Amino acid sequence: MKRDIILAGVGGQGIISIAAIIGTAAIDQGLHLKQSEVHGMSQRGGDVQSNLRISDKMIASDLIPYGKADLIISVEPLEALRYLPYLSSDGWVITSTKPFLNIPDYPDMEKLMDEIRKLPHYVALDADEIAKEIGTAKAANIVILGASSPFLEMQYEKLEDAIRFIFKRKGDEVISKNLEALKAGREFTQKQMHS
Amino acid sequence: MQRLLLLGDEAIAQGALDAGLSGIYAYPGTPSTEITEFVQNSKQARQDHIHSTWSANEKTAMETALGMSYAGKRTMVCMKHVGLNVAADPFVNSAITGANGGLIIVAADDPSMHSSQNEQDSRFFGKFAMVPILEPVDQQEAYDMVHYGYDFSEQHKIPVLLRITTRLAHSRAGVKRKDPRKQNDLKLPEDLRQFVLLPAIARKRYRNLLKAQELFIQESETSSFNKYMDGPDKSLGIIVCGIAYNYLLENYPDRNVPYPVLKIGQYPLPVKMIERMYSDCKEILVLEDGYPVVEESLKGLLGKGLKVKGRLDGTVPRDGELNPNIVAVALGMEDTFGLPVPSIMVNRPPSLCSGCPHIDSFKALNEVLALLPKGRVFSDIGCYTLGALKPYEAINSCVDMGASITMAKGAADAGLIPSVAVIGDSTFTHSGMTGLLDAVNDKSPVTIFILDNGTTAMTGGQDSPAFGKIEAICKGMGVEEGHIHVLRPLKKFHEENVRIINEELIYPGVSVIIPRRECIVTIDKRMRDKFKNAEAPV
Ligand SMILES: Cc1ncc(C[n+]2csc(CCOP(=O)(O)OP(=O)(O)O)c2C)c(N)n1
Ligand code: SF4
Repeated sequence: MKRDIILAGVGGQGIISIAAIIGTAAIDQGLHLKQSEVHGMSQRGGDVQSNLRISDKMIASDLIPYGKADLIISVEPLEALRYLPYLSSDGWVITSTKPFLNIPDYPDMEKLMDEIRKLPHYVALDADEIAKEIGTAKAANIVILGASSPFLEMQYEKLEDAIRFIFKRKGDEVISKNLEALKAGREFTQKQMHS
Repeated sequence: MQRLLLLGDEAIAQGALDAGLSGIYAYPGTPSTEITEFVQNSKQARQDHIHSTWSANEKTAMETALGMSYAGKRTMVCMKHVGLNVAADPFVNSAITGANGGLIIVAADDPSMHSSQNEQDSRFFGKFAMVPILEPVDQQEAYDMVHYGYDFSEQHKIPVLLRITTRLAHSRAGVKRKDPRKQNDLKLPEDLRQFVLLPAIARKRYRNLLKAQELFIQESETSSFNKYMDGPDKSLGIIVCGIAYNYLLENYPDRNVPYPVLKIGQYPLPVKMIERMYSDCKEILVLEDGYPVVEESLKGLLGKGLKVKGRLDGTVPRDGELNPNIVAVALGMEDTFGLPVPSIMVNRPPSLCSGCPHIDSFKALNEVLALLPKGRVFSDIGCYTLGALKPYEAINSCVDMGASITMAKGAADAGLIPSVAVIGDSTFTHSGMTGLLDAVNDKSPVTIFILDNGTTAMTGGQDSPAFGKIEAICKGMGVEEGHIHVLRPLKKFHEENVRIINEELIYPGVSVIIPRRECIVTIDKRMRDKFKNAEAPV
């Protein structure tokens, strides 16, 4: 078993939480893990990414080679495209369609969506909208994690446990909202796969 | 013992705590900051009264640690690579004084300049000072090397340099802990003149240091961090340093490299091991993240003898961080690539937060300077350096911490009047104060903005050593009271701020303008913490 994952987004969108949840679930299953994060400068509204590698064998490099990522998980559509050189030929892109508009020259939304629709394997969903329906706009990142969960080759319950663990200090209300967000994202992907 | 999921930085901190650390000294700097922060947040450290508050700069940190080592305790100094330039004087001389209690200096290099102004390689500094260098391959080795480093430092009475790079510093993996050790007791050096570098003593100590080099090489030959792994195909031998080893293995999924491999984790270089590779193999490939330190010393000035491939002959790019693909190409393997980035892609550079106090400061400054020819604002390093970008384009320099005030003074000396300096509060006490003294003593026509957001924001909001002291420092340095102004960088005070800045630009001496408003990110954090504490059951 091996999953090489690029997590992408803009500083402050919560990709480190996604990494922490997948990481916790992986360790819980006795898997090896390496996770490279970006700290510092790029946090101020710049693009951020994290290389997350999970395997049942020892992992050598902290960085995923180009063309070898099984998944690109992005909480922002433009950021999903930034890391395409890493995607393997049978890899999937899971992305939110909600743009984060903090630059003056953000591309035309139609053209951007065209590029996403051109990808061989993708799931695209408005995670913000789904999170709002659940009543917690903040959990958009967890919706995306849920949408990615069928591709993670991990037991779903382990992800739920990891959410309980990571949000332990924030109380039951936050935990249950995030579990709901996880499920909503997962169901979106499952529906798409079966239609 | 338990397995923890730790950043490379955190592994070093945990290693130090478990190896009997008594005090850690540092000034923040990406990618080294998390080492000290880990100790600051550690319950274990609080219980054991381990010192961990921030120092004013890397030089004070290095010297304070040297003092703790003098007193016989184990200590660590942490900095980003350019911090070692600031601490260079005590660092280089500490090799001559030697250590008493275990002393480890951690320098975190930043190849590819993810958040730095250069990609200098601290191994050069280690070599220059003639101290042993440790360079971990992964988080576990980073942890283990701290224990080893303290033993080495105390046994050979020498400071040890631990060199890491951004990738290891900010990557997480499982780490197994060792049993914790007790701190050292207070114990002064046997020779109370060990640290007195008067020429007569220094000469003797320097000769000792030179003599010790042979011993250090012997240690490197037998160190478990240096490994010679033979391979059947002798057409190539690979010398691979630190984290580069992982990129090599990544290209052999079963971890079976067909060539002899020498993995380096401890310097000075193990000469005999290298000799073996040199006589066994037809060519040598050197893989090192950073400068071609090993490659250069192997190749020598004339490059005669065996062919040595690496950064110098173009087998590996001359600059930037290594990765598995670069190593694959260097090995003559086929490169891999996913899909091209679509042409609609645009950059998303970091920018000042909306609501940032620096924005109001730049707006006021830009309005006043609009009347003068461009190109007179010397800036420094911090969030406000982002004022170089659109839409502000407010600054004309960023070189090293503290260079704003001094460069403005130099330009004023040359006739660029008025000259303006822009410096953050934390940078001011790091190394702006001495430049201010120069300007005051020369009555230079400079206007100095000390942007006081109450924190060291750029590196994540650490306490600023300048907090509450700036006006007193300026007065103490001799800036006239009438030319020190505290402004409120807010829209509603814009007109008033513009007026004051205008007046001070005309004044032909040193003026200090202090726009003061807290960083909104630290306010946010403070409020959240307060809320959390208020909610907690009592
Ligand atoms: C010698 C050196 N040490 C540390 C750093 C890392 N560093 C860059 S900016 C900065 C802090 C700046 O704080 P301040 O001057 O208060 O400005 P702010 O970011 O708060 O606006 C630090 C620690 C560096 N670039 N050089
Ligand atoms: S972190 Fe603070 S100082 Fe830095 S840009 Fe944001 S508000 Fe400004």
